[in-house]
This record gives sequence, structure tokens and C-alpha cells, in this order.
Amino acid sequence: MAYSDKVIDHYNNPRNVGQMDKNSDSVGTGLVGAPECGDVMRLQIRVNPETQVIEEAKFKTFGCGSAIASSSLATEWVKGKTVSEAMEIKNTDIVKELALPPVKIHCSVLAEDAIRAAIGDWKKKNGVGETAATAAAVAAK
Amino acid sequence: MSMNTFDDDVTTVPAATANGNSGKAPKGVKLPIYMDNHATSPIDPRVLEAMMPYLTGIFGNAASRNHSFGWEAEGAVEKAREQVAKLIGATAKEIIFTSGATESNNLALKGIAEMYRERGNHIITQVTEHKAILDTCKRLEKAGYRVTYLPVKADGLIDLEDLKRAFDEKTILVSIMFANNEIGVVQPVAEIGKMCRERGVLFHSDGVQAVGKIPVDVNSMNIDVLSLSGHKIYGPKGVGALYVRRRNPRVQISEQINGGGHERGMRSGTLNVPGIVGLGKACEISGQEMAAEGERLSKLRDKLKAKLEGALDYIHVNGSMEHRLPNNLNISFVYVEGESLLMGINDVAVSSGSACTSATLEPSYVLKALGLGDDVAHSSIRFGLGRFNTEAEVDYVADKVIDIVKKLRELSPLYEMVKEGIDISKIEWQAH
Repeated sequence: MAYSDKVIDHYNNPRNVGQMDKNSDSVGTGLVGAPECGDVMRLQIRVNPETQVIEEAKFKTFGCGSAIASSSLATEWVKGKTVSEAMEIKNTDIVKELALPPVKIHCSVLAEDAIRAAIGDWKKKNGVGETAATAAAVAAK
Repeated sequence: MSMNTFDDDVTTVPAATANGNSGKAPKGVKLPIYMDNHATSPIDPRVLEAMMPYLTGIFGNAASRNHSFGWEAEGAVEKAREQVAKLIGATAKEIIFTSGATESNNLALKGIAEMYRERGNHIITQVTEHKAILDTCKRLEKAGYRVTYLPVKADGLIDLEDLKRAFDEKTILVSIMFANNEIGVVQPVAEIGKMCRERGVLFHSDGVQAVGKIPVDVNSMNIDVLSLSGHKIYGPKGVGALYVRRRNPRVQISEQINGGGHERGMRSGTLNVPGIVGLGKACEISGQEMAAEGERLSKLRDKLKAKLEGALDYIHVNGSMEHRLPNNLNISFVYVEGESLLMGINDVAVSSGSACTSATLEPSYVLKALGLGDDVAHSSIRFGLGRFNTEAEVDYVADKVIDIVKKLRELSPLYEMVKEGIDISKIEWQAH
């Protein structure tokens, strides 16, 4: 399979790799996927409580190049957005940006899930109302 | 692995598709490096040289009985038949040329099943066979045959006690591969042959990965029918053979391709003379060089394994090391996904059992049959060393793999958790 230049770039130079303290109130953590499915993404956000702006994002991913690129891109995109703006990011935007082939669409879905899971975790910690979209979010405990 | 070329239940991600930051090749190493010889092998120049006359001037039809063009072609085919037979301890008349091992396996199973239908309808095989066997068995099941699929042990070998219990009065055929295309494990073929012979049951073996690599002797091993292929042994693609025993017992096969009655009626169709000549030459060379080549490749393979094990934690060799082809190494780099590893080592051609490299998005059924979790199967890489690999290449590949695995583990949340002492099997993952 041929990878797009953007996937290759994210694979070679992944953005925002790392972890933040998942016990911090300002940090939301999303851990999605499963080892037996071949991909696990952990995406974390640090949210400014005053402005609800995502000031920092980190990820680590076990998965194929497209999964790595999708989550790396997701961290770039959520940074600087408010929580509600970040909730608007769609997997189809990721597919388009990275030119993912059909067999890799699930990587983009997982990245969207990771964003929503991280936001859901942050909302839960901070008593912000749950939405239907975040109800399914999974937090790393 | 979906890997669906014959034996390649493992798909190769072609070199040079991914990142452009590959390291410089050290002296004496030409990139990309081909180390996927279970999928296919390059043609040996000596094989090509033997074939060339039959691709140019000598074009006759081996079935033309009335002129020198035909006689020359026929002579070349008969010489090749001798060469193939010699490699496996058979006689020339027991060799049927085919288009490759998939056809050989189809011919063997369907041909025997049909021919011996009145005697019984039960076939025994095992779960890590190539799809050319498994899919043919499924077809036979639809046609009313019963097939027993023996499990394998954690080392990839069948349990002979399981085989013993599987025989019944309707069993007509046992088909067990000689060596596995993904993990290279060598089944106890001589013991299986003996058990079949004692019970009067025919024994077929898919010998694609073994013939030319390790000694195969149809008589001492009591093999009645054996499939082999040209392109796994530095010969051309599109040609293979089926050995069919003629004495003690005489095996009969119902033909699957009807036509001009070529190959003693068992396989009609104009003979692929240049391909057959190439197959013959490839068999001759393999017979002469097998011992030295096996020793050289097993040393290189062991060096590769030692380097990887010395530099990396959480790696898992899949399948028995004791009963194994000299040129195979199949390793899971746990907590790293296989396709992402292939992407990083893009100037090295190897294969992965990861679902992401397969058309079906399922991880290797062979690795799963060993009892490995899907997560370990997703992390597997198959190294298939071959005649033209050098020690410098092995060193390069080892260093490159170590480098990329370390990099990907920096990115892996699973590796981080395990290092922090978290039991990831206790996490409630969301399968998707």
C-alpha cells in the first residue's frame, strides 16, 4: 500500500508525543481501541478552566502508520481549540487531510473517538454536562 | 496476513513506499534488501541461463512427435523430470508438471478424493496449512467429504497422538505440509508417513517450503504424493510439480484438467517447456548446494535472532526453533504493530502477520493457531533468508529493525504501561 506524503511525515515526525498526568483535574485522557484489534490510541488534553481552550495535547499510539498519523494530526488540530470546537472534528476531515484509503478509515474513526473520550474525561472530572456524544467515552483508569 | 499469494499468507509491503529517511547503506549492501524468500525467490542466474534457449530458439511443443522441434523440447522436459525426481528420491515417471503448487495441491486433494470415493470420504489435515489446502478442503466438504483439521501445539507442530485418534475406517488421505510458510516449522513427516502406511491411508505433503531447503525423501518418509513449486527455489514462477507414487502403493489420481492427455492423462495442457527446464535446473542446484546453503543460512538466521534478542525486550519467537527451516525467523515485537514496523524498515522487504497488512483485516491464522493472542500476531514479522542474502545485509536488517522498534515503542502506550507495571490484560479495552 502506498502511503500519502502526509502520513509518512506524521510517521517520521510524530507531533506531540508523550503523556501528561492523568490525575490532574485539567487533563482529560482518552484511551481507545484494543490491543487485539491492532490499534490503541491514548490522547490527552490539558484544558484551561477559564476559557475551555485546549492548551496542550499529547498522544501515544500502538497501531499502523495511518493510526499513528491520525492521532498525531488529532493532537495538532485540537490544540488552540475550545472543547466544544474540538468536538466538531470529524473523522472524515482526518481522512481527507491524510488521504487515507478506505481500509484505513477506521484509524480516523479511532482518532475521533480518542478526542471525544479525552474531552469526556475532562468534562466528567470538572462537572461539565455530559453530552450524548461523550457518553460512550472511555477514560483510562 | 492475508497474504494471499501462495504462501504468503503474509503480505509484503513493498519497499520504498514509506519514509524517505532510510539510513545510508553500508559498504557492500545494496538497498532495498529482499528478505522475504518464503513468498518468492529471485531466479538464480544459472537457472535463467538454462532456460534461455527454450525462450528463444527452441520453441517446440513437447507433444509434437513428428519433428525435431518437438523432440528437442521433449528431451529437455524429460531431463527436467529426472532432475526434479532426483531431488526427492523419486523416479522420473512419478513427476507430473503443473502450473505451480496451488494447482498441485488442488490436483492431489481433489484427484485423490474423487478417485478413492468408494473407499471412503474422510480426509485429515491440520489448521496451519496453506490456503491452497484449506480452501480445497472446504470445497471437498461441500461435496460431501469429511475433513478433520488437527490443531497444532504452541510450537506449531501437530501432536501425533491427535493424528492417531483422527483416523477412522473411512479415512482415505492425510495431507500435512512439510514446512510452514509463515513460521518455518517442520512437521514430523516421516512419523506421519509411517502411521499412514501402517493404516493403508495415502499421505500427501505440501512440500513447497521444504523441497530444496532440507532433505526430502519420498521413500524413506513414506510420502505418496508431494507438491512442489519452482519459484520458491530460485526457479521461475508459473511452474510446479506433483509427485505421484507409482509403486507400493500405486497412487491413482483423477485428472482435474481435461484436454490432450498430457502428463499421462493426469494433467492436460501444453507443457511450459522453459519453466519446466528452469524448475529442473533449480532442483539440480538445490540438491547440490542444500547442505552448505542450509548451514550458512541457519548461521545468518541465528545471528539475526541473537542481535534482536540482545537489543530488545518483549520479543517472542513464533514456532519451534528446533524443528525449523534454516532460513526462517518469525518474531513478534510485542507492543509494536507489524505494519508500522514494516513502514519504518521500508528498504527491507519482509512480511508481517498483522491484520493491517492483510486484505481481510484478520491477523495471521497460523499465529493464532499457536495460541498467540491477536495482539502478538499483529506484532509479528517474518524474515525469510535466501541464497543471495549476505552477512552484511543481515547486520543491516538487524540494526534497522532494532532502531525502528525502539522508536515505535517510544510511541506505544502499551509499552509505556507495561514498563510502568500496569497489567494491560486487566484493562477493559473497547474492541472495535
